[in-house]
Amino acid sequence: MSRFSKATLAAALAIGLAGGVTGALADGKYSGVGRAATPAEIHAWDIDVRPDFKGLRPGRGSVAQGEEVWEAKCASCHGSFGESNEVHTPLIGGTTKDDIKTGRVASLAKGDAPQRTAIMKVATVSTLFDYINRAMPLTAPKSLSNDEVYGLVAYLLNQAEVVPADFTLSDKNIAEAQARMPNRNGMNTDHGMWPGASAARDGIGNGGKPDVKNTACMSHCKTEVKIASLLPVYAEAAHGNIAEQNRPVGPVRGKDTSGKAAAPAAAAPLSENAAATKLAADNGCMACHGTANKIVGPGYNEVAAKYKGQADAESKLVAKLKAGGQGVWGAIPMPAQTQLKDEDARRLVKWILSGAKAQ
Amino acid sequence: MAEHPTHRGRIRPAPENFLSEADIAAVKEGRRDFLRKALITASAAVAAPGLARAAEGDPNILTLPPWTTSLGQAVAAHPYGLPSQYEKGLQRRESPGLTRMPQVSVAFTPLQGLFGIITPSGLHFERHHQGWSDIDPSRHRLMVHGTDEGFVKQPKVYTMDDILRLPPVSRMHFIECGANTGMEWGNVAVPTVQYSHGMLSCSEFTGVPLRLLLEDCGVDWKKAKYVLAEGADGSSMTRTIPIELVQSDEVLVAYGQNGEMLRPENGYPLRLVVPGVQGVSWVKWLRRIEVGDQPWATKDEAIHYIDLMPDGRHRQYTSTQECKSVITTPSGGQLLLDKGFYNISGLAWSGRGKIKRVDVSTDGGVNWRPARIEGPVLSKCLTRFNIDWAWDGKPAVLQSRAVDETGYVQPAYGQLRAVRGTKSIYHNNAIQSWKVVESGEVSNVQVL
Repeated sequence: MSRFSKATLAAALAIGLAGGVTGALADGKYSGVGRAATPAEIHAWDIDVRPDFKGLRPGRGSVAQGEEVWEAKCASCHGSFGESNEVHTPLIGGTTKDDIKTGRVASLAKGDAPQRTAIMKVATVSTLFDYINRAMPLTAPKSLSNDEVYGLVAYLLNQAEVVPADFTLSDKNIAEAQARMPNRNGMNTDHGMWPGASAARDGIGNGGKPDVKNTACMSHCKTEVKIASLLPVYAEAAHGNIAEQNRPVGPVRGKDTSGKAAAPAAAAPLSENAAATKLAADNGCMACHGTANKIVGPGYNEVAAKYKGQADAESKLVAKLKAGGQGVWGAIPMPAQTQLKDEDARRLVKWILSGAKAQ
Repeated sequence: MAEHPTHRGRIRPAPENFLSEADIAAVKEGRRDFLRKALITASAAVAAPGLARAAEGDPNILTLPPWTTSLGQAVAAHPYGLPSQYEKGLQRRESPGLTRMPQVSVAFTPLQGLFGIITPSGLHFERHHQGWSDIDPSRHRLMVHGTDEGFVKQPKVYTMDDILRLPPVSRMHFIECGANTGMEWGNVAVPTVQYSHGMLSCSEFTGVPLRLLLEDCGVDWKKAKYVLAEGADGSSMTRTIPIELVQSDEVLVAYGQNGEMLRPENGYPLRLVVPGVQGVSWVKWLRRIEVGDQPWATKDEAIHYIDLMPDGRHRQYTSTQECKSVITTPSGGQLLLDKGFYNISGLAWSGRGKIKRVDVSTDGGVNWRPARIEGPVLSKCLTRFNIDWAWDGKPAVLQSRAVDETGYVQPAYGQLRAVRGTKSIYHNNAIQSWKVVESGEVSNVQVL
């Protein structure tokens, strides 16, 4: 101690303290980690819109303007009226004028709707705006202007008869649209599956109280074992060969569901058409293309018609299959089928051009 | 090997248990010469043909295989190791017809062949809302801010360099999609446990507690009631998370999974980990956390992930994955090789804490026996259970029933449907039944 003057010690302490204080005030405990977000950065990413319209940016779009954007960018997947069931479940349908009055979609309780459309479920118009704005169109999310989103929401609400055809939706009147949402009173948060504070404590739900109760009975728990449901025959075969989805050793094997188990060893080779049909099915082609109808991509009949008589059609299409493509048939891209062997790609293309027959 | 199988699907082990898959297939086809051929092939090298050899033992022992009599492959032949070629049956798979587009779909974990509680990262289930991307980590940013000024003192941006500098924690948790077993609400729909329960995985996650980041930004815990988590993918998926789970230190901003970085399909380079809560809240490719005081009713909490009840209303903000279990071996689509001893094995988990016990029934729920719980038993984590079973060759219905530390007992289908009907899609945690018939074939059935 004697080797240090009091002044030196005081200075050293002061530097130490000042350093500590500065670190704590300026950077928090983790000094040098992270930096302040700029207002422009927050504006660029903070695009969410709450049910009370917090976050909604001013703008406007009419039903007519929305329809124009819809036809150009949305109808190919959702149908002209948002009703299509071809690519996605329908957005519009299943609601009535009476539902708009009550705020409850009556068919949900009756259970008579063939399926639930988005408008039957959604209670909050903010959800439609927020989701279209952040995620649509599927292949070009965040490409719509603010006013285009207003127009699209207006168009959808008009299709559901929530707003009239001459309506222009804006930040000023969106609350009026909310007041007419067909299922606006259809949500229930009184349940035990919210892991945060309960409604009684300004949160959601009942604080985690389960709605279904069982007891851990150990013996003679019932007099009869009733099998209420069995696996449908089609469901087993629809999931591929289960023998190939299990390990080749161990206490069990997978069941052979290929349908070939009982077939003679020397089965007849597949016909060219059957082989190509199997190739198309195995490679997932049929998820997007019908042999005689459009699904997401064009029907194979349409492809064959388009390229009919073109000498280089085969090599052109083989290249397209392998590399993928977009724009010839619409905005939805076909992914590159890099897994296809050349000979298989050629076989598929020949099959498509010759009419895509099953046998 | 005088005996040929009498039932399709029944596989009787051969003497010495040395039959290959091809040999078994030959037996099933009734080819009486198969054994002679197999033995001639196997013992050609020792030039001692004929059935006499069979009595001496298994050619797999008597004739040394190539891997015992040759030089193996070099180190780092696969710089990133791969499973054995014989394990190729255990893969992630889609359920045909479940979804309409492969970028907006699900691939299920092959639970039927996994051991213990950790899911290999390459077999972790996938569910994407707008496809996945392999994000350049040097360009990834995490922004933390408030709905208004006042929720956090200083909105901040973190790079991956920043996040990886902070003190991490590593924890094991299950993740289950809210729609797991959703196809089975009304009736049996899928053949195997991969498709019925395979939107379930479990990993060790490493990351920074979200609480630490919020405090670094100067959060006002009195004002903060919820956070919104948002992904960097095309869908920019958003979900509302309760602040209480953040305050309890459970919610992680994770980058590590099973010792390496997250896989791109699982959110590389950053995902939220929300233990006990359905997978959709574990936002992948996490780019933004907003602190606020009201829930957001995002698309995945206002149009999807809402549970339709018999009264026609939807339950909203259902997030907790309630206590559930399933037997993975033997399970649907499998064949028992023969009568005798089996280890029934399965998984149990609860979004409300630890598993306390699991009971197993082999008679469709009339009588139950407590299963052995294998450790570790961790909160909001998969727990493996096992129990001995001697199959007498008679029909059986296998079930498991889990109890968690809150005392909640996993319900039967009849009990669940009595309250929630059959159309809710989400949160089906009913007791699963696998029916075993005399042939050894196991199939998916429902017992009320």
